[in-house]
Amino acid sequence: MSDGETTAEGLQGPAPEERPQPSGRRTSHGVRIDPETEAAHEPRRTVLSALVQNEPGVLAKISGLVSRRQFNIESLTVGTTTNPETSRVTVVIEEPEPGIRQVEKQLAKVVNVISVRELGGDAVRRELVVLKVHGEEPDKVNAITDMYGGETLDAGPRTITVQITGDEQKIDDAIDAFRQFGIRELARTGQTALARGEEWTTHAEEERYERIHEP
Amino acid sequence: MSEGQPTQRAEEAEAAEPTEVTTGADETAERPVTTGAESVARALERAGVEHLFGVQGGAIMPVYDALYDADLTHVTMAHEQGAAHAADAFGIVAGEPGVCLATSGPGATNLVTGLADASMDSDPMVALTGQVPSDMVGSDAFQETDTTGVTSPITKENYFAGDADTVGDTVGEAFALAREGRQGPTLVDLPKDVTKGATEREPEAGETPETYDPPERADSEAVETAAGVLARAEKPVILAGGGVLKGEACEELREFATEYGIPVVTTMPAVGVFPEDHDLALEMAGMHGTGYANMAITHCDVMFAVGTRFDDRLTGGVETFAPEAEIVHADIDAAEISKNVHADHPLLGDAGTVIEQMGEAMADERAADMAATGERFQDWVEQCQQWKTDYPMDYAMDEEGPLKPQFVVESVDRATADDTIVTTGVGQHQMWAVQYWTYTEPRTWVSSHGLGTMGYGLPSAIGARLAADDDQSVVCFDGDGSFLMTLQELAVAVREDLDITVFVLNNEGIGMVRQWQDSFHGGRRMASEYPWMPDFATLAEAFGARGFRMESHDDVEGTIEAALAHDGPSVVDAHIDPTENVYPMVPSGGANGQFVLEEDQL
Ligand SMILES: Cc1ncc(C[n+]2csc(CCOP(=O)(O)OP(=O)(O)O)c2C)c(N)n1
Repeated sequence: MSDGETTAEGLQGPAPEERPQPSGRRTSHGVRIDPETEAAHEPRRTVLSALVQNEPGVLAKISGLVSRRQFNIESLTVGTTTNPETSRVTVVIEEPEPGIRQVEKQLAKVVNVISVRELGGDAVRRELVVLKVHGEEPDKVNAITDMYGGETLDAGPRTITVQITGDEQKIDDAIDAFRQFGIRELARTGQTALARGEEWTTHAEEERYERIHEP
Repeated sequence: MSEGQPTQRAEEAEAAEPTEVTTGADETAERPVTTGAESVARALERAGVEHLFGVQGGAIMPVYDALYDADLTHVTMAHEQGAAHAADAFGIVAGEPGVCLATSGPGATNLVTGLADASMDSDPMVALTGQVPSDMVGSDAFQETDTTGVTSPITKENYFAGDADTVGDTVGEAFALAREGRQGPTLVDLPKDVTKGATEREPEAGETPETYDPPERADSEAVETAAGVLARAEKPVILAGGGVLKGEACEELREFATEYGIPVVTTMPAVGVFPEDHDLALEMAGMHGTGYANMAITHCDVMFAVGTRFDDRLTGGVETFAPEAEIVHADIDAAEISKNVHADHPLLGDAGTVIEQMGEAMADERAADMAATGERFQDWVEQCQQWKTDYPMDYAMDEEGPLKPQFVVESVDRATADDTIVTTGVGQHQMWAVQYWTYTEPRTWVSSHGLGTMGYGLPSAIGARLAADDDQSVVCFDGDGSFLMTLQELAVAVREDLDITVFVLNNEGIGMVRQWQDSFHGGRRMASEYPWMPDFATLAEAFGARGFRMESHDDVEGTIEAALAHDGPSVVDAHIDPTENVYPMVPSGGANGQFVLEEDQL
């Protein structure tokens, strides 16, 4: 309608059902579906390690970011590294592949994050649980603690507190084993991890190590 | 509704102009920094800031005091939300971060909507907020709010200023971050003891931190592969997003598209990056995009998407978005790659640089297979032209019947120059303003896209006005509902004597909601009709602006002329057909190619 003089009919054209329809389709992740395979992504559990600057509020930023984007976070641990200016954040998430890549990229985007990497399945992962059971059967408790290579931290007439370290599976198993005594309370730390062998955990670390240790 | 005469305020403002004291740049250099607040002011001057938008208050007072001597103009807004929108629009039009200021507590929280808006649209903006003294932080002191906590998810980065010596550096860094890489709003929270604290340190030139390293050039192998895919396409489409504008890549886009003859579709923030009167322009795609743009993205076999985040208003349901297309996605933000739509060929880099890289690589491809490109695209371009004929943007109009909003938009477009800036509120009027105006230049379309903020129109017109060239016109299309949300900023437009023309497309209700209720809620119009509305023309006069009322098609031309002729703010209360709806429409989550043209097709 360019001259404003005429009376037009309004929008016209073939109705939706009369238009050519494309035959393709995408998944809910926006991936084009290959009609042959129709593959969908299943969630998997993995560990991301982020090296971050020790600035106030960084942890809040990271945890806020992961939660507000609705990623399925299993655990998040933080602690300083050999460099007092940096901390390592270890995030365990369970997500389909596109979600994992998204968490990685969102983390990398935080200005105070130096480097992020997903650790391989062979990474060294450890978790600590402190648990307190009823103390009626101290010998049996001791036996289970020994079985899992744990340590007794406190033993009284009514309660016994032990610590177990290990990978996630071992901690789960140990907790199951202690259930027979009645677990009063427990505290798990969540996983922390490093890449295995000579491999660096995040890219930035190799660079820094070389800078510092160069003759 | 006075005729012809400028308002008294406007006259006073004009008279005051020649006597205005100017603080020269030389004086600035001689003014030593003695406090944190002065260091903040110096950092702003260094960043080249000319205008600030804000509201005074206890915790920000030391900063304002330092601004008293600074070489900057401050516009006192009626509400901090207005300050944030004005700064945001300033940033869109100027391409440099706009700045807003607010005091702690309620001042800072009133900025939140504007920050969220700028964040969704990646608009360059810097917010400075006052804060209670450091030793009172955390004690729920008077007007204390955890501003960095509240704004963390809606800023690109925010800072709690630590001490007087470094506060200026922090402001400089906030500036650099707001404008570099993917642009966005940054915020610096300024505790009163820090701004009052003594320092003699001149702030350093603002730089982004070392850990921030946006990519510039895309990986050349990836570019070659992507160029090959695009060159061998049969039905290619360029999807230009706001990143093209933010990356100053409009020229590169135009050259690339015309060189290879590829049709261009834009997202809403990118309206104006490619001239809409160009043969290859298919205009905006998505929920209320053109039928031809939506047909093209539905049927393309390769999509070269640049600087877009594939918002759901654009994609509809992702399962049906460009279902047959291989997607080449260029973006400066890695986190946008495959976030909503999987990218088959990601190109990480600056929009302009990547388009140039693609251009060079395509030239090689074409040399290798000359006939393959040009001619094959020709059929597709013709197909797109055919869709333009099949689904023209048009509306029914009876000269004697109620006023059609589309006609008002087209008439204002006809009456103004090509470089006229249009700002809007949010709702049906916003869609008519984008659909029925022909945008031919970048940075002339200023709207709230990602957040969809009612009330954005008038304050953004104020920011746009101050960023625009003097001979450029600024018009605002607003809805009656949207206008009601921030119309107090008229007081500011009058006080500052800003030449802005607001067209309120008044349908006595919140039309977009009513349209959805009629379409998807069985016509149960809960809280969407306003049984009474103020007379906006009289209201405008009360503020000291010019007011007009427009009711029939015969009024349109004369009223537009008179309103535009007024050198200062004016408001046209245009009483439009309340039954008019926005089409085409892709119902949310639907398939773009299944856009409906009228209610019966829903
Ligand atoms: C701040 C805010 N509140 C509510 C909404 C929801 N909303 C979207 S469009 C709309 C109607 C807008 O009405 P109006 O400004 O009169 O414009 P019209 O649609 O009538 O042109 C509403 C209420 C919004 N977008 N923003």
